[in-house]
Amino acid sequence: MAESDGKVYGMIAEFESPAHLIEAAAKVRSEGYRKFDCHSPFPIHGMDQAMGLGRSPLGFLVGIAAFSGLGFMTWLTWYTSVVDYPLVISGKPFFSYQAYVPVVFAITILCAALTATFGMFHLNRIPMLFHPMFNCEQFKKVTDDGFFVSIEARDSKFDEQRTRAFLESIGGTNVEVIRE
Amino acid sequence: MSREAKVTSQPVHEVLIPGDPSFHDITHQVSAIVEGKTPKAWYVLFTISAIVASSLVFQIGYLIWEGIGIWGLNIPVAWGWAIVNFVFWVGIGHAGTLISAILFMLRQRWRTSINRFAEAMTIFAVICALLFPAIHVGRIWVVYWMAPVPNQMAMWPNFRSPLLWDFFAVGTYFTASLMFWYVGLIPDLATIRDRAASKLKKIFYGIFSLGWRGGNRQWRHYELAYLVLAGVSTPLVLSVHSIVSTDFATSVVPGWHTTIFPPYFVAGAIFSGFAMVLTLAIIARKVYGLENLITMKHLERINLIILVTGMMVGYAYSMEFFIAWYSGNIYEQFAFVNRAFGPYAWAYWIMVSCNVLVPQVFWFKKYRRHIVVMFIASILINVGMWFERFVIVITLASDYLPSSWDYYSPTVWDVGLLIGSFGLFFTLFLLFLRFLPMVAMSEVKGVLPQADPHHGGTHRG
Repeated sequence: MAESDGKVYGMIAEFESPAHLIEAAAKVRSEGYRKFDCHSPFPIHGMDQAMGLGRSPLGFLVGIAAFSGLGFMTWLTWYTSVVDYPLVISGKPFFSYQAYVPVVFAITILCAALTATFGMFHLNRIPMLFHPMFNCEQFKKVTDDGFFVSIEARDSKFDEQRTRAFLESIGGTNVEVIRE
Repeated sequence: MSREAKVTSQPVHEVLIPGDPSFHDITHQVSAIVEGKTPKAWYVLFTISAIVASSLVFQIGYLIWEGIGIWGLNIPVAWGWAIVNFVFWVGIGHAGTLISAILFMLRQRWRTSINRFAEAMTIFAVICALLFPAIHVGRIWVVYWMAPVPNQMAMWPNFRSPLLWDFFAVGTYFTASLMFWYVGLIPDLATIRDRAASKLKKIFYGIFSLGWRGGNRQWRHYELAYLVLAGVSTPLVLSVHSIVSTDFATSVVPGWHTTIFPPYFVAGAIFSGFAMVLTLAIIARKVYGLENLITMKHLERINLIILVTGMMVGYAYSMEFFIAWYSGNIYEQFAFVNRAFGPYAWAYWIMVSCNVLVPQVFWFKKYRRHIVVMFIASILINVGMWFERFVIVITLASDYLPSSWDYYSPTVWDVGLLIGSFGLFFTLFLLFLRFLPMVAMSEVKGVLPQADPHHGGTHRG
């Protein structure tokens, strides 16, 4: 479906194996490209370092959400049993926090789980049901056994001829221009 | 290439998937189940399960119309089969979470072949479990009173109540399990999307795979999300059934008011859950020819876990008796003697034989690797674990007041709802087998030797 019209989105090249892909990632990066990605059917150990990516900020989001859940639920149990509807039960203290642990714990976990999922969606910009990469027929292999490097046209170093030659020089095959 | 020669001489990792399959072999084998023709047996099983499950609609309709008096409830057995079934189903779910979360945290990479359908089992089991307390509340139209919603009565839920803890614990458990399962499914749904032949399939799987592109800029957030979900699910394996056990343990009732309940319930939950995983795995691998992915090694490890947790359960049974005697409390002592030798002795001994004696066959390697033996054992353990909850709940029939002693007899509605919940479980599970990839393809590919970036790049793949 590589129609000749449409704006150029970028270029992809296929590599043979995870080992080749990781090598290619390091080379693409040292060549000075920044808006590139390495696609694989499964996460490859060590790819973050090869691509020069830091740790995902998702952990911080989850931490904030978990502590917010903890704080909110502690407050709610206190507010409902001390301020808004105090009940004397066998003379026990109103804020019998030991009994609130299961509920507070559950809400903490719930906030963490929801944030991990939807935070990941947000950071990955999904759902995004259409993407120019899907115009590429061979890219369908990426969820099966294909290993690809993609370089976006937005990258300042991108140039159709030179990028193609570069990708071929580092061992990429089936180099293809992706159009929107 | 001296560097490559060096890295390939690393110690060889354990072969998890025999037959040296390529990445494509894995994709093809698992996707073909979803893409291929539906087996005739599937239609037969699905029809039966769906009919049984849809009977639930009428049963629940009648229950709501008439009230929970249609069950054989009496005082003191006010909970009856509903809570027996609830605890049974929640327990089943725990094995799925243990496989997906705890084994992930412990880097047990063999889990990749079985985690997907074990997680599916968890979700469907928890759906069945949630059904029972929901219909048992009596006035189901005010069930939202359990949630802390400001209302015109200026009332709040009682956060000190174990029944409310349960609502929060199981609700969280269901949500977190669903998230975990779905996040794991995304890359595999993308695989089915990319292989889809028909437009309808492409759209269906396209929507649910959310536009996944498998770029490392996605994988790095994805992997951390998966790790976090595994991390937060890990304490849930221990906490959920502990909280379920407090429904009993915080009451001042002989036989229930014991501190052993939380660990005893958790061990029992994992025990029964693994038995259910085993039942389902044996059938699924046979029907869909997945012997190379779900290997004898997997089944043997499941059997070992069953043996260990079965021993824990057996220990708990005996320790309960010891503590009842040691406490010097005559009510406690009576409760246990009555369990083993009273009117429900038949149920107690079914429980002991199925849960303590049956797993002992797994001491022998021959039987740990014998399909027929382990299949029968897994069924018996499930029966036994249902009876464990039956014994705990129903033997309450003889409490402090002899004047209220009675024999609990189930009505047709008690039995019907239990059977109906199995129908619901199998309907959902069969739909899962038919429409979703039952083995986590992207994870299995990740444990193949050629997925290791140090593999040298000479391997096919």
